Amino acid sequence: MNSLNPNLITRNEQLNYKPNIKRNLGNRLMTGLAALFSIVAVLPLVLVLGYILLKGASKISISLFTELPPPPGLEGGGIGNAILGTFVVTFIAALFAIPIGVGGGIYLAEYSRSDWFAQFIRFGTNVLSGVPSIIAGVFIYGTLVTTRLLFGNAYSAVAGGLALSILMIPTVIKTTDEGLKLVPDDLRRGALGVGASRFITITRITLPAAFTPIATGVVLSIARAAGETAPLIFTALFSPYWADLLSVDGWFSSIATLSVLIYNFSIMPLEVQNELAWAASFVLVALILALNLSARWLGRVASR
Amino acid sequence: MTLQSADNQPSTHEEVAVSMQNVTISYGNAAAVRDVFCDIPSGKVTALIGPSGCGKSTILRSINRMNDLIEGCTLKGRVLFDGVDLYAATVDPVEVRRRIGMVFQQPNPFPKSIYENVAFGARINGYTGNMDELVERSLRQAAVWDECKDKLKESGYSLSGGQQQRLCIARTIAIQPEVILMDEPCSALDPISTLKIEETMHELKKSFTIVIVTHNMQQAVRVSDETAFFNAETVENRSGKVGYLVEFNDTQSIFNSPQEQATQDYVSGRFG
Repeated sequence: MNSLNPNLITRNEQLNYKPNIKRNLGNRLMTGLAALFSIVAVLPLVLVLGYILLKGASKISISLFTELPPPPGLEGGGIGNAILGTFVVTFIAALFAIPIGVGGGIYLAEYSRSDWFAQFIRFGTNVLSGVPSIIAGVFIYGTLVTTRLLFGNAYSAVAGGLALSILMIPTVIKTTDEGLKLVPDDLRRGALGVGASRFITITRITLPAAFTPIATGVVLSIARAAGETAPLIFTALFSPYWADLLSVDGWFSSIATLSVLIYNFSIMPLEVQNELAWAASFVLVALILALNLSARWLGRVASR
Repeated sequence: MTLQSADNQPSTHEEVAVSMQNVTISYGNAAAVRDVFCDIPSGKVTALIGPSGCGKSTILRSINRMNDLIEGCTLKGRVLFDGVDLYAATVDPVEVRRRIGMVFQQPNPFPKSIYENVAFGARINGYTGNMDELVERSLRQAAVWDECKDKLKESGYSLSGGQQQRLCIARTIAIQPEVILMDEPCSALDPISTLKIEETMHELKKSFTIVIVTHNMQQAVRVSDETAFFNAETVENRSGKVGYLVEFNDTQSIFNSPQEQATQDYVSGRFG
């Protein structure tokens, strides 16, 4: 006999699977519940995409991309100026957010020792990334638009871009900081060991090594900014005309964007405008999807 | 670089590469290694041996100011190189590291091609000569040329661990330092790679002063001319240990007729 007493433990003589005992029933119930909830979780995504595809994709045509929205009461037209405007405003936002965000991330990861100042900046970026986007819009409205600080201009593409860049900066700082922290210290020591200065170590060794996470973060933050509406309503406003990008004035006057066009047109009591809003939704979703996919692609290509 | 001359230091004659004078290195308030006096001769291989935690790596890193990167690390005393105190306020650590190169415990090639790995240091140091020639000469000196001459454009990571370490040695040679510091360069390598690196070191000491930290006493015997034995002692009222230099002599004496009992015990394998 064994010194351990096997009678104290419940066990069956046979090893074959019994589907109806409590343990196996519970197991199947929980597996089913988990599967059900995960389906419910992705359901909104599928429904939203499907509905927009259904309503918007049928309006896709060449003129949608090349023509201006029609005046109320008329047929036809497109959303060309809003598509261009979204690119312009997002470009301006990236122009401000990428240098500031990457620079701040470099400071946090490479230069700051773990002092209160770096802690404060990290905390600050976390808070800023949670600030509702409309607050960014109101802030730019209050500081730049109503005061006409930008060379006497009120609503402008630049003001809209600045409002979006406020939303992008925390994401870019965080991904740069975290991307740089993933670079092994061995590499930095190696570069310093052959007599590289700190600046050369960062620009030639650590930044290239962290390129993938930084670029992915930047693309994702651009994707987020491109779809924002609230910060643009009081800053870039809207315009029924093409932006005149060849003159400086064009950059400093109000500009149409897809998200604001959707906001304006979907509540109008006009069939044509409603349909254009659906088409714009489809274009915007496709744009953001493309940006997200390119972020994933960037990650895969560079990790090879 | 302003040179602060070291007067009344009889030890800084021609053959001394680095002279440590009453060096105490602390992390925070806790001393890691204390009161080190030693003259590292130039053109020779000097091994630093001792049990873990005796501060030999700390001492090695202090020679090219790598300890600057560690927060809270402070040094008291003087480290003289060419008669200059490396820790004088006017000394630029980047200039120090250009003349005193370092090879690390883990092979750490840059994520660049083999060629660029070697050329990087020379380029940022303003080398204007023929780069192809320098890369080939450095790789030959580090005894890794034959293994990578056909794939200079490939990533440094495509090499094996031992080859990577020799690539790192080549990278250090390429900046033409006067002293090369090696921090347990073979601890991550297999015996055959270790042997190759040791052969490389025999070649290198013709042109460079080498200081190597090693845990392997046989390796110290095989490669070094001089050996410094460090030991660690427990300090009252503190959890850690503090290291100190027990004995510094030529390798033969350290291993065959040490002056100190602690050295005798360590090299004969009675502790550590």
